[in-house]
Amino acid sequence: MFGKLSLEAIPYHEPILVVTALVMALGGLIVVGALTYFKKWKWLWTEWITSIDHKKLGIMYFLVALVMLLRGFADAIMMRTQQALAAGGAEGYLPPEHYDQIFTAHGVIMIFFVAMPMVIGLMNLVVPLQIGARDVAFPFMNNLSFWLFMAGVVLTMVSLLIGEYGKTGWLAYAPLSGIQYSPGVGVDYWIWGLQISGIGTTLTGINFFVTILKMRTKGMTLFRMPIFTWTSLCANILIIASFPILTATIALLTLDRYLGMHFFTNDMGGNMMMYVNLIWAWGHPEVYILILPAFGVFSEVIATFAKKRLFGYNTMVWATACITILSFVVWLHHFFTMGAGANVNAFFGIATMIIAIPTGVKIFNWLFTMYRGRLQFTSPVLWTLGFIITFTIGGMTGVMLAVPGANFILHNSLFVIAHFHNVIIGGVVFGMLAGLTYWFPKAFGFTLDEKWGKRSFWFWITGFYLAFMPLYILSFMGAVRRMQSYANADWQPLMIVAWVGAVCILCGIACTVIQFIVSIRDREKNADITGDPWDARTLEWSTSSPAPFYNFAHLPNVGSVDAFWEAKKEKGMAADKPTQYEDIHMPKNTAAGPIIGLISIVFGFALVWHIWWLAGVGAIGMFVAFMFRVFNDDIDYYVPAAEVERIEREHHKRLEMQA
Amino acid sequence: MTTQTVNQHDAHAHDEHEHHDAGAMKVFGFWVYLMSDLVIFGSLFATYAVLMKGTAGGPSGADIFELPLILVSTFLLLFSSFTYGMAVLAMHADRVAQVKGWLVITFLLGAGFIGLEIYEFHHLIAEGFGPDRSAFLSSFFTLVGTHGLHVTFGLIWMLVMIVQLFTKGLNDKTRPRIMCLSLFWHFLDIVWICVFTFVYLMGVL
Repeated sequence: MFGKLSLEAIPYHEPILVVTALVMALGGLIVVGALTYFKKWKWLWTEWITSIDHKKLGIMYFLVALVMLLRGFADAIMMRTQQALAAGGAEGYLPPEHYDQIFTAHGVIMIFFVAMPMVIGLMNLVVPLQIGARDVAFPFMNNLSFWLFMAGVVLTMVSLLIGEYGKTGWLAYAPLSGIQYSPGVGVDYWIWGLQISGIGTTLTGINFFVTILKMRTKGMTLFRMPIFTWTSLCANILIIASFPILTATIALLTLDRYLGMHFFTNDMGGNMMMYVNLIWAWGHPEVYILILPAFGVFSEVIATFAKKRLFGYNTMVWATACITILSFVVWLHHFFTMGAGANVNAFFGIATMIIAIPTGVKIFNWLFTMYRGRLQFTSPVLWTLGFIITFTIGGMTGVMLAVPGANFILHNSLFVIAHFHNVIIGGVVFGMLAGLTYWFPKAFGFTLDEKWGKRSFWFWITGFYLAFMPLYILSFMGAVRRMQSYANADWQPLMIVAWVGAVCILCGIACTVIQFIVSIRDREKNADITGDPWDARTLEWSTSSPAPFYNFAHLPNVGSVDAFWEAKKEKGMAADKPTQYEDIHMPKNTAAGPIIGLISIVFGFALVWHIWWLAGVGAIGMFVAFMFRVFNDDIDYYVPAAEVERIEREHHKRLEMQA
Repeated sequence: MTTQTVNQHDAHAHDEHEHHDAGAMKVFGFWVYLMSDLVIFGSLFATYAVLMKGTAGGPSGADIFELPLILVSTFLLLFSSFTYGMAVLAMHADRVAQVKGWLVITFLLGAGFIGLEIYEFHHLIAEGFGPDRSAFLSSFFTLVGTHGLHVTFGLIWMLVMIVQLFTKGLNDKTRPRIMCLSLFWHFLDIVWICVFTFVYLMGVL
């Protein structure tokens, strides 16, 4: 009846997990209580859960990402604390089987449920506005993608309280992840959490690819698109081409585990090296899916705050395109030591180093944009400057790892950990926090508090260097990754320095939380009335803040890169006030997305625990819910011109009052 | 200019100026989806190529493939692509009854293909050559079975379209769906040709 599920799956004998459960339950109760007390359930359902508005979906992605950042960071500081303690024979406070789950969960959560939703959230919020569109190409699918992603989040979080998570590392290398060596449900949670959210990501990729290619406003040729849109386009191409590999790979591992097949087993002809190849053929493009949009953010931020057109727009586009293509021919550098042979390793080593060239082009473009500009040192600019320095260091250690000979020594050491945190924190996290600060007013209508934003930056960057530079040194002393404890007590001082760094980052995160609270408190004072608080260059700033649900009353006409900036310089903002409005065609909200997402949680949970009848019910449930959508023709409507006029008039009135 | 603000129910009047052609966008989006699906098949073909020698003392392709049977199912599928093409031609000519007829024929041919595949799989498993016997058989069942699952999904989709042709007829919602299913169906045909050549023909060489 309940498959492998029994009461023993609930870890009530583990104090850490019990406390976590209590905290989560308390948080849940507060949220539910508040929603009930303020009678907000209907509002939540109609305005958010069923919304197909890309801006609201973007906000929801980012919100979930920030919550999951807290979870992923809790894992991180637990690991740092363990390693600060468990030296020279001491065992620390985390037993190995718990520690292994923590480093697996940390990696999975930070990549799939923090970095990805931040990137996809920003894309949702910004890309349609930047190209002068009213929505994405397939609004229902956009909502469905979000809820499939949420299903993955929920399944991963449930593993904390019912059963266990994988102990295999974030990529679940076979044969360790096979049924023989991982008989528990941990890997199954990994499988279904990633499979369901991965399908959502593929749908997002298709959606935004079509949106960018087909829904640009009049006059916006490809080479007039803002750089963030360009980098998003390339990231989506990477999603379309690489996520199916992840889907296939996870499916094969599933067949090995559930039906006793032999793709990646030791015996019966299986080949575990195939798993490593397949997972990295997805995994390497994945890191560019994360970093390319971050490059886009920095390009927008630096051009806006230097008050100059981006230096080398065309080279920036071509560099992005080169990186997109090259990202598919370097996957083998993740396992030089597997024994592919000197010639193969040389090819992939050189291909990897070549990526440094277009990336270097970008760095110089940003530097030359600042050169002789009038740079305003706002917090997005601080994040950008921090990025340029940190990412360059991370890039150089990456090139060191790309030398196959050196890699044989550095492989599996803390050097690798230090390197990829160097580029992911310095690149993706800094980029997303810069993007958050930069586009926040467009989403909510007021700017974030600068003082707390800058404090957050200084804590983050200090914390980053304190936490990860010691790891480079430790790697040369012989420290490897994923150690629950270590015999060599000489490593302990540097481990404690790294722990101090993690605490600094905690302060940085706390500053961001305080920043939100302070900014919401002062929202009247920091209101963005014009819709263009930074005197920026691209189309999203030409509409009001927060942008109306239809984005633009009239679709803008674009004659060049930075057309909005040029229009401002020529005519000023006030000139652009239309007298005639038209009806606007918009999609309707839909319950199909959240319902399918909810059932997919049941479906995934049933498969994790081998509850076959429930999995069957779930599969049929998703199909039926989808059919309801397919047979429903009442999916769009027209916003009357009078309503558009009323909303626009209100905005113009506020503008005049301010003037 | 005042007329623009009056009539909010006439969809076509609006579509002419700013709205994008939703049908064409769906078909384009579906093309992109097919390309991503092709990557899944590419991964499975690559896996098959790596593992095809991993027979672990069990049978190889030459021992178990029955080409005459596969040839019949190949022709069933190829012919179903032709009949689907006829359905699309009928759709362009606005002949709803003919569209339904051709879709039913296509469905039967596709169902015949799936029937033969089930027979083949059942036969192999009954002889002890199931997907858990060796890596070669795992990758064979998975590659061919994934294609079979796609065809099955296409059959369900076809049933839905036949129902929608009865309830809704041909309109700007059903037409793009029939076009997308057409792309899907021909796409599966192309994948099958690769399966037939790469797995079956080269397997018995």
